[in-house]
Amino acid sequence: MTRKRGRGMAAVNYPTGMNLGGDPSQALIHATTTGSFVVTLSSVDLGQGLKTVMAQICAETLGVPTDNIIIDTADTDTGPHCMGTFASRGTHRIGNAIIMAAKEARAVMLEVAAEELEVDSNDLTTDGAGTIHVKGSPQKSISIFNVALAAHFKHGKSISGRGIFLQPRSYPEPETGKMTPATCYAHACTVAEVEVDTETGEVAVLSLKSAYEVGRALNPRMVEQQIIGGAWMGISHALYETTEPYYPDRAHGPVDFNQYLMPGPGDLPEFANVVIERPAADGPFGAKGVGEMTANSPIPAIANAIFDAVGVRVDSLPITPEKVLRGIRALNA
Amino acid sequence: MEYRKDYFAETQTQDLTEVGVTRQRSDALGHVTGKTQYYADRQFAGLLHLKMVRSPHHHARIKSIDVAKALKVPGVVRILTAKDVPQNIYTILCLIQVEPNDEPVLAFDKVRFKGEQIVAVLAESEAAARDAAAKVKIVYEVLPAVFDVEEALKPGAPLVNEYHGRNYFTYEGHHCRRVRHGDVERAFAKADHVVEEMYQSSPIEHAPTETTGCIVVPDQNDRYTCYSNTQALYFTLDNTALILNSPFHKLRLVGGTVGGGFGGKVDVITEPIAFLAAMLTKRPVKYEYSREEEMQVSSPRAAERIYIKDGLMKDGRITARKVTLYVDAGAYSRHSPYGTTKAAAHMPGPYTIPNVWVDCHCVYTNRTPSSAMRGFGVTIGDFALEVQMDKLARLIGMDPMEFRILNAYRDGDMKAHQKQVEGAALVECVQAAADLARWPIDDRSKTASSLKREV
Amino acid sequence: MTKVAVEFTLNTREQNEFVETGSTLLSALRDRLGLYGTKAGCHQGTCGACTVIIDGEPHLSCLTLAERCRGKDVTTLEGLAPAGALHPLQQAFMDGFAAQCGFCTPGMILAAKCLLDRNPDPTRDEVVDAISGNICRCTGYEPIIAAILTAAQGLRKPARKRA
Repeated sequence: MTRKRGRGMAAVNYPTGMNLGGDPSQALIHATTTGSFVVTLSSVDLGQGLKTVMAQICAETLGVPTDNIIIDTADTDTGPHCMGTFASRGTHRIGNAIIMAAKEARAVMLEVAAEELEVDSNDLTTDGAGTIHVKGSPQKSISIFNVALAAHFKHGKSISGRGIFLQPRSYPEPETGKMTPATCYAHACTVAEVEVDTETGEVAVLSLKSAYEVGRALNPRMVEQQIIGGAWMGISHALYETTEPYYPDRAHGPVDFNQYLMPGPGDLPEFANVVIERPAADGPFGAKGVGEMTANSPIPAIANAIFDAVGVRVDSLPITPEKVLRGIRALNA
Repeated sequence: MEYRKDYFAETQTQDLTEVGVTRQRSDALGHVTGKTQYYADRQFAGLLHLKMVRSPHHHARIKSIDVAKALKVPGVVRILTAKDVPQNIYTILCLIQVEPNDEPVLAFDKVRFKGEQIVAVLAESEAAARDAAAKVKIVYEVLPAVFDVEEALKPGAPLVNEYHGRNYFTYEGHHCRRVRHGDVERAFAKADHVVEEMYQSSPIEHAPTETTGCIVVPDQNDRYTCYSNTQALYFTLDNTALILNSPFHKLRLVGGTVGGGFGGKVDVITEPIAFLAAMLTKRPVKYEYSREEEMQVSSPRAAERIYIKDGLMKDGRITARKVTLYVDAGAYSRHSPYGTTKAAAHMPGPYTIPNVWVDCHCVYTNRTPSSAMRGFGVTIGDFALEVQMDKLARLIGMDPMEFRILNAYRDGDMKAHQKQVEGAALVECVQAAADLARWPIDDRSKTASSLKREV
Repeated sequence: MTKVAVEFTLNTREQNEFVETGSTLLSALRDRLGLYGTKAGCHQGTCGACTVIIDGEPHLSCLTLAERCRGKDVTTLEGLAPAGALHPLQQAFMDGFAAQCGFCTPGMILAAKCLLDRNPDPTRDEVVDAISGNICRCTGYEPIIAAILTAAQGLRKPARKRA
C-alpha cells in the first residue's frame, strides 16, 4: 500500500445577489417607548445568522448598542416584502434596506433630541452606548431612553424609518448575453493538500488553506462559521455526495444518511484561513455575500491536488475511490 | 482566522463599533437550550397528516386513479387529486415572468419523474395516511424515458414536458442562454495551444438536518396561516395564491427560523397542497418530507455537463474560451432556467479573456427536477473552470498560482457579459493563499494588483 | 391502538404517561409532552438529531419505543441544567460558535454529555467518536469538536464559582 501526497489550488469569485428578476427587500424600523428599536422584516434566517448581522447593521447606523435591537421576522402579516434568502443576497440586500430605514429613524431621533436639548440636530451625535450628545461637549446630552419617551408622549413623533433596496431587473440581451447579473463579487483562493491511497483509491484531505475576500467581515466569528462550514461542504461535494451514484442511470439512489455519504467529524482536514476586505461600494459597510462561495474553491483545489498526487484526472463529481482507482489502473496499464 | 489588513489598506475605516466586531449570535442561547422554535415545534388540536402517493415510474401515462380502498382506511379524512387544485399547472418563477407554466401540483395525465406527487392523503395519524396512500390504485402505461442531457436534445428523444414542446427551455427565441464576446474561432486559429475538455457532475442533495415541511392552520375570518421553513415567504405566498385562485390577503406565512436550507427550501412544493388541504377540511394540516423524500424527491443541485475549449498562448495568456454547458433540469423548470442564465453570466470565470463564446442549455429529462443550491449555477462551473486552469498551466509549464494571477481580472477590464470589472480582488486572494501555504510565486506575481494591470 | 401506562423519570421528575403501543419516545416527548428540544431529523436512526440520554447512555429516541422506557431515567436537553443556568457544554457551544441552524445542536450536546460523564478527559479522537452518529450540515464539525474539548477542560477544573 502506498499513500501519495499532492497539493493543488483553485481561485474563484462569487456574485452577490442576482438581478435577473429584480431583487428587492424591505425593512421597517420603529422605536419603542423606552428606546429599543424593532426591525420588522419577512426575511428568513437559515442558520447563517441573518438576525444577528441585521441587528448589528441597524445598531451601527442608528448609533445604539446591538443589544437594543429587536429583529422581528418573519411574518407576512407584519413584515414588508423580502425576495428571500438565497443567492448570497441576505446580508447585502436586507442590510442595505435596514441602513436606509435606520437613517430615517435616526434623523427623527436626533430631531427630537435637538428639541429636548434646544440645539440644532446637525450638532448632535450618538455615543453608541445609548446617549445622544452635542458634538464636542459630551456633558450636554440626553439618553435615547428619554428621547424615545419624549417622542411618544410629548412631541407626538414616531421614531421610525422605511427602507428598501432594489437592484433593478437586468434583461439579458438575447444575442450577446449583455447583462448586469449581480452587484458586487466576493473572491477566494484555496490550496488543498491530499493523500491518496493507491490501493483503495481513497482520498484524505490533509489541509485546506484559503484566502477569502469578503468586502467586510461584519461579524468575524460568523464569517468564520461560513468559511469552515462551506469548506467542509466543498470536501463533501468533491469526494462524497450524490443522489445518483451512477448518473445518468437513476438506480441506487440513497434514501438515508447511511447511504448518502458526507465526511464525518473524523474526516476533517487542518483548516487555515485568511480574510481580506475590499469594501464593496454598494455593500452595507462594504459587505459582500460570501455564504455560498466558501464551498466552491475547495472542490477544484482537491481535484487538482489528486492529480498532483497520483497523476489521475477525475473530471466528474464526486471523485469516488472507484474513479481514482480506475484512473490509477489506466495509468499503469 | 486571520486578517490581511495590508491588502486594500487605504479602504479600511476604523470608526465602526457594532459591525466588524464579533457579537454573540442572537439565536445561540435558544439553540443550546433547545428553545429555538422551528416550524414543527408547535401543537395544534385536530392536526391532519398529509402523505403523498408518488410515481414509481420515471415516465408514464396515468390511465386511472382509484382511491376507493384508501378512503376506507380508518382515520382517513380526505383524499386530494389534481381535480381539487384550482390552477393545477404552475411554475415558481412565473412571478418574474418565466414561462410557460409547466408543472402540475398533483400529476393527472402523466408522470415525468420517479417520485412525482399524484394523490394527497389526509388522515388523523401519519400511520393511517401512510396505510391509505399504499392502497391508492393507479394504473400506468409506462413510457420511454430519457436521462442524459445530450440524448434528450437529439431528434426522436422522448418528449419529457409537453408544456415546453421540446426538451429544453427557450431563451427569447434561442435554444440556450448565450454570451458572445469577441471572436473565439479566430483566436483559436492563432493560439499556440487549443485544449478541449469535458466535465460532469451528478445531482447533489441539500441534506438539511430539518426536512422541508409546513403546517397550515385555519384562522378566524377565513384566513389561513402557514408555519413553514421556506427560504422565501413571498415566493410561497404568491405562488400559493395563484395556484389556489385565492385572494392574496387570505394567506399568511410565518417562518424565518430554519434548520438548514442551502437552497433546498426555495421551491414551493409542500405549502400549496397543505393550504388547499386545510381549506377543504377546515383543519390544521402538516405536510413534512420524510428523509427519503428529502433525498430522492426534493430538488437536488442539477447535474451539469460542461465542455470547455480554450485557446492558450505559450506566455500563459488565455485568448479564447468556448463553453458549452448543459444543466440537467429534470422534468420541470423550477429555478433551473434562472440558474442556467446565472451559469452563463459566470463564464469565463474571474479571468479577462478577450474572446468568449458561451452556450448554456437548460435541458429537461425524466429525473427529479433540480433547483437552487448553495452556489447555484456557479459551483460546478467553478469545478470545471479551475480544473481546466490547472491543466492549462501544466501544459505550458507555468506555476498555477502565477497563471491565475496573469489572467485574473483587474478593475476596469471588460467581462464577457459586457460589464466593467469593479472591486476585483482575485489577485490578492491568490497572493494571500500562496503566502499561507508557503507556495513560492515569482516577484511579478507578488507585486501584481487588482487595481491595475501591470504592463 | 392500545395504550399502555409508562412510568419513568424525565429530567429528574417522575413521569406517568399513557402511550400508544409501538409509538416512539420521540413522539411521546414532542407530541405529548411538548418537549421540542428533541429534534426529528430522519425518523430512521441515521441523523442523531433526536438523541436523548437513557440511563446515562445516548439513545436515538426515534428508534426507542416509549413503552420500553418504563423505569428508565430519561434526560433531554431541557433537563441538562437547572432553569436559568447553563451546562458547561451549552456555554462552550455558545462561546465557540458551534451552532448555526441549531437543529443538530441538542443531539450533539447530549451525545457529548454522555462522553464527558464517563470520560472527563477525552482525546480529540474520542470526541469525534462520540459525535459520529450525529449529522451536522452547517458547521463542518470543527467548532463542535473544539467546544466539547473546551467544556471538558472546564469541567475538569476544580469546582469554581459560576454566576
